Amino acid sequence: MLAARVGNRRLVTAACAVAQELGLTVGMPVSKVQAMVPDLQVLPHDPQADAASLERLALWVLQRVSPIVAVDPPDGLVIDSTGADHLHGGEEAMLETLIGRLVMSGVTARAAVADTWGAAHALARHVAVPMHVAEPGTAEALLSPLPLSALRLPPATLASLRTLGFVCIGDLLHQPRAPLTRRFGPDLCRRLDQALGHASEPIEPLRLAELVEVRRAFAEPIAAAETIARYIGKLVVQLCAALEERGLGARRLDLLCWRVDAHVQTVRVGLARPQRDPQRLTRLLCEKIETISPGYGIEILSLTAVMVEPLDARQMASSLLEAPAPDLSGLVDVLANRVGARGVYRMAPVASDVPERSVTRIAALSEPVGAGWPDHWPRPTRLLPRPEPIETLALLPDHPPVSITWRGIRRKVARADGPERVFGEWWKRDAEMIAVRDYFRIEDEAGERYWVFRAGDGEHAETGSHRWFLHGVFG
Amino acid sequence: MSARSFNPAIAALRAQIARMEGDGGPERGALPFGVPELDRRLPGGGLALGCLHEVAGGGNSAVDGAAASCFAAGIAARLPGQVLWCVTQADLFAPGLEQAGLGPDRVIYVEAGDDVSVLACMEEGLRHGGLGAVVADVARLSMTASRRLHLAAKGSGTTGIALRRWRRQQDAYDFGQPTAAMTRWRVSVLPSAPLPVPGLGRARWLIELIRARAGESLDIELEACDGTGHLGHPAALADRPAQAVSA
Repeated sequence: MLAARVGNRRLVTAACAVAQELGLTVGMPVSKVQAMVPDLQVLPHDPQADAASLERLALWVLQRVSPIVAVDPPDGLVIDSTGADHLHGGEEAMLETLIGRLVMSGVTARAAVADTWGAAHALARHVAVPMHVAEPGTAEALLSPLPLSALRLPPATLASLRTLGFVCIGDLLHQPRAPLTRRFGPDLCRRLDQALGHASEPIEPLRLAELVEVRRAFAEPIAAAETIARYIGKLVVQLCAALEERGLGARRLDLLCWRVDAHVQTVRVGLARPQRDPQRLTRLLCEKIETISPGYGIEILSLTAVMVEPLDARQMASSLLEAPAPDLSGLVDVLANRVGARGVYRMAPVASDVPERSVTRIAALSEPVGAGWPDHWPRPTRLLPRPEPIETLALLPDHPPVSITWRGIRRKVARADGPERVFGEWWKRDAEMIAVRDYFRIEDEAGERYWVFRAGDGEHAETGSHRWFLHGVFG
Repeated sequence: MSARSFNPAIAALRAQIARMEGDGGPERGALPFGVPELDRRLPGGGLALGCLHEVAGGGNSAVDGAAASCFAAGIAARLPGQVLWCVTQADLFAPGLEQAGLGPDRVIYVEAGDDVSVLACMEEGLRHGGLGAVVADVARLSMTASRRLHLAAKGSGTTGIALRRWRRQQDAYDFGQPTAAMTRWRVSVLPSAPLPVPGLGRARWLIELIRARAGESLDIELEACDGTGHLGHPAALADRPAQAVSA
């Protein structure tokens, strides 16, 4: 529990989950709380340390999620994910990953995606459990039932609004604006408009001193693709010089384009290995120019290396010794920036007998894994994303099917091989304690070969449903 | 029977046609299949390297692409260097590819959203020049797209294999459309030879060389790729006495 001095009283400013279960709430006087729970641990509230750690968290998010991240004090972060969410597999997947990674590092977080900063702020604090993705254009309907405290208003305004009988945001929406403004100042209506998207609210992106950043402001706004490409080239040269000075190579670059109308367009490129080769970086950035919409023109271009790694000069291998292995990092970078970093991968073996768990995706440029899979049983070349149920005619307990019906087509089995018994991974999941699959390779009369399995061992009902599935196709 | 003509006049004409097609540049050699009947039909005595080739499955394999991808994996396995495999749906099973000779360390997968970006990724891979082969699962392949890919392959010397795979059986008629590919193959499965014991023998394919530029087409029945990516003669043929083979 944290306590701080507000005015001349000591109040609770934060309480952990255990304390909240004991009936403590934020805002109670410390003396009362200590009377309720005698062996309570009370630590002084340190706003500066909070702010510093929030900033560290913002940097962490900046490096991983989106180029535009800002601190939303006292306890929030605001992320402009435009153009960044598809790299994480959509908005929902992005939030899920983000929350999951925060939980793993011991931070409980709630998150929401909405059209505006104001709406996202309100939804994250009042609707998200622990995440919420709002459809575009639904802000008004979603915000109406929320309490007024979701609007980022000063406590004095909130108290007097409550006195006037306003409880939720919906009550305020259809009130005449003029009296409200006269009574509470322009802030109230501005917050309402910001939440509903009637007023713009630019996010000033967080830029820390330790990041390597170069920027260029233009006297006349630029818009043509060629002009942008030329200036990107100039910025990259500057950035690479700055990186070289510090002995660093960039892993992730953000290009921010401030437009005349205060919108910011962003381009983010990732690199598989630290790089500071201007030519290669320029090419990656220039491929993305078509995603920038310059609007009325761009007045500032800024290029930041948000993620850097040490990169020392290395001696090139002499061609006298041996032909060096071709460097694929350039190709992998180009492909990863085109289809997303998770779209370029290699497969590596996992020690598991369950076929779909025996492969895992690893980074395209990771070290060779060397070993492959055990090859005493043939494996299909194409594995269905999930086993498809089939109708079969088979003798229990260990005969292959005589005929199968898959996707509406009946095939007579001419030859078969099996069973290959695969046991559930009881040491990992309790549910698989006695689960069994019996795999058969079957060949129909035309020569098509399929990989089918029966869930269960054919004798004991608790080992599986005894239904048949088709799992793969052999070449 | 000699499949290739050694008439100097015809050779001169072939050279002239090659010049007109703009296929100049260094000769990249060919990758023999190790099956004399097949290699004899192909110009250069094997699959021309640094070119675009097309492979499709016959029958159901046109949709699941299993036999065709095994055939393509066998070719890629016998080429040195890394292999880039561009797909739209990630249903390739790496242990299966390894059994065709293509180990997990040699394949980089690219999962692109649609056909257009698969072709773009394939072209990018072909242009890079550091790869051994580039394979891509594509459904539609226009003349223009295939010409681009072929020129990219020519420029860098990387072999490209367009693995034609359609969403529906009916779409497979698209395979008749002209493309710039050097060769066009169709791989269909055949019933394997019965074993004296219950079980499955080595898979058997009907390999149709439908089109080969400056070569002849051919239908041949062969056994599927072994662990090193080599095709084999059916046992009945291989066990035949020597004079029967030459006859």
